[in-house]
Amino acid sequence: MKGGWFRIYAYGFLLFLYAPILLLPIFAFNDGAIVAFPLAGFTTKWFEQLWVEPALHQALKNSLIIAVSASILSTCLGIFAARASTRYNFPLRGGIIGMIMLPLVLPEIILAIALLVVLLGIGIPLSIYTVILGHVLVCTPFSIAVLTAAFQSLDKSLEEAAYDLGETPASTFRLIILPLVTPGIISSLLMTFTISLDEFLMAFFLAGTEPTLPVYIFSQFRFPKSVPVVLALGTVLVVASIILLTIAEYFRRRGIAKTGGKDTGGFL
Amino acid sequence: MSSEKPVMIEFRDVHKYYGDYHALRGINATIRAGEFFSLLGPSGCGKTTLLRTIAGFEGISSGAVMIGGEDMADVPANQRPTNMVFQSYAIFPHLTVAENVGFGLRKDPRTKAEKAKAVDEALGMVGLTGYGARAAHALSGGQRQRVALARALILKPKVLLLDEPLSALDKKMREQMQVELIKLQRQVGITFILVTHDQEEALVMSDRIAVMFEGQIAQLADPETLYRRPASRKVADFIGTMNFLPAKILSEAGGKVEVEAQGFGKMTLNADQVMSAEGAAGGATVGFRPETLTILFDGQATAEQHCDAVVEEVVYYGDMTYYDIKIQGCDSAVRLSMRNVFGRPVLEIGTKTRVAWSAGALVLFR
Repeated sequence: MKGGWFRIYAYGFLLFLYAPILLLPIFAFNDGAIVAFPLAGFTTKWFEQLWVEPALHQALKNSLIIAVSASILSTCLGIFAARASTRYNFPLRGGIIGMIMLPLVLPEIILAIALLVVLLGIGIPLSIYTVILGHVLVCTPFSIAVLTAAFQSLDKSLEEAAYDLGETPASTFRLIILPLVTPGIISSLLMTFTISLDEFLMAFFLAGTEPTLPVYIFSQFRFPKSVPVVLALGTVLVVASIILLTIAEYFRRRGIAKTGGKDTGGFL
Repeated sequence: MSSEKPVMIEFRDVHKYYGDYHALRGINATIRAGEFFSLLGPSGCGKTTLLRTIAGFEGISSGAVMIGGEDMADVPANQRPTNMVFQSYAIFPHLTVAENVGFGLRKDPRTKAEKAKAVDEALGMVGLTGYGARAAHALSGGQRQRVALARALILKPKVLLLDEPLSALDKKMREQMQVELIKLQRQVGITFILVTHDQEEALVMSDRIAVMFEGQIAQLADPETLYRRPASRKVADFIGTMNFLPAKILSEAGGKVEVEAQGFGKMTLNADQVMSAEGAAGGATVGFRPETLTILFDGQATAEQHCDAVVEEVVYYGDMTYYDIKIQGCDSAVRLSMRNVFGRPVLEIGTKTRVAWSAGALVLFR
């Protein structure tokens, strides 16, 4: 067999990656409070419990507000930074971009603690707004990375052509540049939304009395009886992300087909 | 004649620096209304930079660029009466052909129907009638080129700037587009300024050509003058093929120069045949084009000026044959070209023959 060992390695790797996720729905539908084989029978009661858990609903709402805000804010900041770094030359450009990208490699816990100390020091109360602040900090480098690639692939003469045909720099940006980097913007929104949604450290440190979904889930794991409910919640989240990614991929491919670009695989 | 037409563009001692790099070194030239003007030169000679100073994409360090008598220093690119066809065509990939062509009409006060008609007319002008609804990215290279032309011409600019517009096309398509561009220019009567590194393209298309080297215009002339009387060795080398023979200047008097060229012997040249030797090492040389030297076949009348020679190499091109021949008394071979006329044999290597030449076709570089 060609590449026998590599094939076994590849399958083993995929199994390690996805088997735990496949166990989620199995135990979510299992009629027993203890997560263990053998299975005890089929039930949907864990899912029903999801509907009647106000704390969970509040956490989900917090998470969604934070994720939507953080993804939009960081993508906007990413657009400015990516545009600036690909089109303009200014002193210390490399250094400035490097500093913005630094949170990618800095231990997040250091950022979280530092931010907490500063916020408490200047007397800003912890709330979902402080979590948004932290998440923007974490998400912006990812936005910039995705958007820089999108801006770099733009032919500079497209802008010049629009300018040459009478448009202003602002209308050129709106009519030409923005439509052409839209796939990159969607990628950035999606990526930062996902990062923010499951981010734990910042949320844990900065949330105060308003937990996000990951913080709520973590807190529930202390009670054995809540574990199947959390697994049911996990199942719902997996299904939701698959749907979301499918929609995003559909739009990405449509965008590429519309501009006749080459499919480079995107980030998905 | 173009010389009677008003001046459209004037460069007044234009200099351009990129940091320490002196890209344009004192450009002085005028381009007349309705002219097909080419900027010709090797890559890095500043021809594209000069074109971009007309469009307004590049500022200048000193001097002035005038369009229609107006200094363009404070006029941004989007308000200049120029439009450009880019080397990459810069077709907006997310728009249809019609949206691309009509892009410049966005702020035009005409009604939608009138604009649509203008777009159709522009598409018709470049031979793309009926292509309006197509996606721009689905077009071939030649079609993109036409869309770019229509998009620029729809605004009826005073000057159309073309930045190496044909370099991305294959040879056949390029030759076809050259003729179409000439016809189009005659039809619309707009001043065309073409940047190219292809000397043949410049000779075919232009009314006048500015040959540029290292940020300076080396010669500005019509194609025929450029070809027959290149102002320097450098220009002669860049445009077409030219043979050079070492020469000695014997005397100069009353605008006439008496020269002795290796292999050709003594001759008298007029002052307008004497050019600069810039770009050459060593002393004076006499230059001539391959087609100005003719092989004398048996039975042909002996021309007044001729010499004996031996064929060293034969390159057969179908319509033409190129011979490398060694003229008696010359150190190196020279190239001559003969049209292949029916009944005339193609000579073989080693054939002893005679070649005729005319002093009027020679140029002295010193």
